[in-house]
Amino acid sequence: MSFYRGGIGQWSWILHRVTGVAVLLFLLAHILDTALIMLGPEWYNRIIQIYRYPFFGLMEIGLFAAVLYHSLNGVRVTIVDFYPASTIYYKQMFLVQMILFALVFLPVGWIMLGHALQGLHP
Amino acid sequence: MEAKLRRGGVSMDRQEPLTTSYGSRVKPSGGIELTAWLFMRISGIVLLVLALGHLFIMHVFNSVHVIDYDFVARRYVKIFWRGYDLTMLWLAMIHGLNGMRTLVDDYLHPPARGIVVKGMYVVGGLFLILGTWVIMAFRSP
Repeated sequence: MSFYRGGIGQWSWILHRVTGVAVLLFLLAHILDTALIMLGPEWYNRIIQIYRYPFFGLMEIGLFAAVLYHSLNGVRVTIVDFYPASTIYYKQMFLVQMILFALVFLPVGWIMLGHALQGLHP
Repeated sequence: MEAKLRRGGVSMDRQEPLTTSYGSRVKPSGGIELTAWLFMRISGIVLLVLALGHLFIMHVFNSVHVIDYDFVARRYVKIFWRGYDLTMLWLAMIHGLNGMRTLVDDYLHPPARGIVVKGMYVVGGLFLILGTWVIMAFRSP
């Protein structure tokens, strides 16, 4: 029962769903790994050790991108919800959203890539 | 195509599109659905600050190479961070479960729809209890 109208609206909406599900699944995993802290330092430090592998470092960058996209897209949707007149600017609003995404993600992604590569030389 | 649905005791005719042209759900007219619609937007704004703040602090300014048991123990001496994490956990879980409910509503039909939604609530609730217990019961040595 989903409507596909094509264009920016459709793709931003699909990405919102995909990133939302991905972040929720990560939240479940993150609750489990954090719970290991109740078993003591050996258990918790062992799971963190696994997160230090570059593979997980790259996944972390993906997680940041997902949260950032979902946040900015959610703000745009909320703005249009409360000021419906802004619909006529939806293409410009999406452009601003993606510029903001790039401005935040590029430097952060670079820094996080450094963290990820640090896992190559533990 | 017309499908009668019961949501929060209100029966709605699904003749109108479920989504608007800019990718948002149509604002419900009232009842628990309007509350859920408002909650998603308000919690979303709060989560933007909390989740991005958390990511910046833990994964940009710090990293998994710095984080370990002692790091968390030092961090959790301050009740502020426990409150921060607890607020983020509850808002994220409820926001995520309600989001999943709208997805399940779109892609599944009864009776699978109800079973899957209830199953998600049970699993989500158990994770919420576990997370809450860890944040509140952890003792910094």
